[in-house]
Amino acid sequence: MLTWKDIPIGAIVTAPGSAKEYRTGDWRSQRPVWDLAKCIKCGLCYIYCPDASIGWKNEEGYPWWDEYHCKGCGICAQECWTKAIHMEEETE
Amino acid sequence: MAKKVGTEVSFAAAEAVRLCNVDVIAAYPITPQTHIVEKLSEYVADGDLDAEYICVESEHSAMSACCGSSATGARTFTATAGQGLELMHEVLTIPASSRLPIVATICNRALSGPLSVWGDHSDMMGVRDTGWIQMVAENGQDVHDLIVTAFKIAEHKDVMFPVMIHMDGFHLTHVIEPIILLDQEEVDKFLPPFSYDLKLDPDSPVSVGTYGPPHIYPEIKKAQQVALVNTMDTIKTIWKEFGDMFGRYYNPVETYRSEDAETILITMGSFSETATLAVDALREKGKKVGLVRLRLWRPFPFAELRDAVKSADNMVVLDRAISYGGPVGPLCSEIRSAFYMMKNRPAIVSYVSGLGGRDISPEEFEEMITRGEDIARNGSENEYEMLGVRE
Repeated sequence: MLTWKDIPIGAIVTAPGSAKEYRTGDWRSQRPVWDLAKCIKCGLCYIYCPDASIGWKNEEGYPWWDEYHCKGCGICAQECWTKAIHMEEETE
Repeated sequence: MAKKVGTEVSFAAAEAVRLCNVDVIAAYPITPQTHIVEKLSEYVADGDLDAEYICVESEHSAMSACCGSSATGARTFTATAGQGLELMHEVLTIPASSRLPIVATICNRALSGPLSVWGDHSDMMGVRDTGWIQMVAENGQDVHDLIVTAFKIAEHKDVMFPVMIHMDGFHLTHVIEPIILLDQEEVDKFLPPFSYDLKLDPDSPVSVGTYGPPHIYPEIKKAQQVALVNTMDTIKTIWKEFGDMFGRYYNPVETYRSEDAETILITMGSFSETATLAVDALREKGKKVGLVRLRLWRPFPFAELRDAVKSADNMVVLDRAISYGGPVGPLCSEIRSAFYMMKNRPAIVSYVSGLGGRDISPEEFEEMITRGEDIARNGSENEYEMLGVRE
């Protein structure tokens, strides 16, 4: 861990994009669960995700979920037209 | 060659900014600061200053634009006053933490309510703990010179903090004074171009103003605090360098007839000149009184102040701001803290006066000193006195 003497001037981060190493998925109390049978591949979950934790799209054309960063806000489940996403309590 | 001219102090401020060849100005007009940015916008429009003048919709946006601009390595200036500084407040802490060397002139204005455009120090005290270096000017020459030194101090590699130059609204901003204006050649010799390794640059990307979770926030804050305290030596060195070049020496603490004084009046800002008249009058009556004026408010010049008042039994401190429901005025509060742990410390008496543009006459300063001596000897039932308020 850095001491106060190791802090670069202005706490400037010289390794750009390093925020991705921070596991915000730890904050989650609920996780989104997909029922791909209902998914129409519209991409709304991908557009609405405020944390860029839903990717677009996998080889079969479906959204994919970034478990490492998803905070479990539930916006994807709220916005999904076809109710292909629902939230379940995080058990990990 | 530098020339002495009669000019409004606001124009002398704008001229100093022009001479420093700033790259970006983002400002919103507000009384009593307007003349500074009006003049600067004229310079830019007339081609006398090659800078981007960003017309913003508020002071909050002004400071936000300044942060972005400074982070790219552009020399950046803004100015505001009173409520404008309050609106800027949220953003002020960010350049201090991210170490962005913005320079701002603050034309001290009393805070509402009631609505006032006139001067006192309540706005300056409200932003005391935002992490900026804060200098306080006494007169027009101070303003002109301090702005030039402020850029050099702010951008020095051992400093890299934003700097405010406080000038009293109306008592300085709107008066015409004889001022020696520096010329371009002199300023170019004194002030090197701004260069910064960690600026925002697509070819060498960095992130400025990132998130600081609990595992790192206290370390970042300690580093910031230690760095601000450590700017004192560089500030003094640069002011000495300025004095050696131009013959006008500036110090964190200035003294007037205080060497052998038993009672010392402590002031900040433009009223200090009036106070010297009271010191002269009392000296003529054989009283050993003097004046000490703080030019630097942050970082606080502890050692310099203790040294300046070492002869004194009594200190009488003038505040032009109230700490509502609190102890004495903010300046006196700090001074009492600075002396509390000393053995044989002087008595420290607090006055609050000169609020909202109310003048303090030389006679009132005399009363403040003599009555202050009486309070120092005999005590008072009040935490502090408010002088010049109708009872």
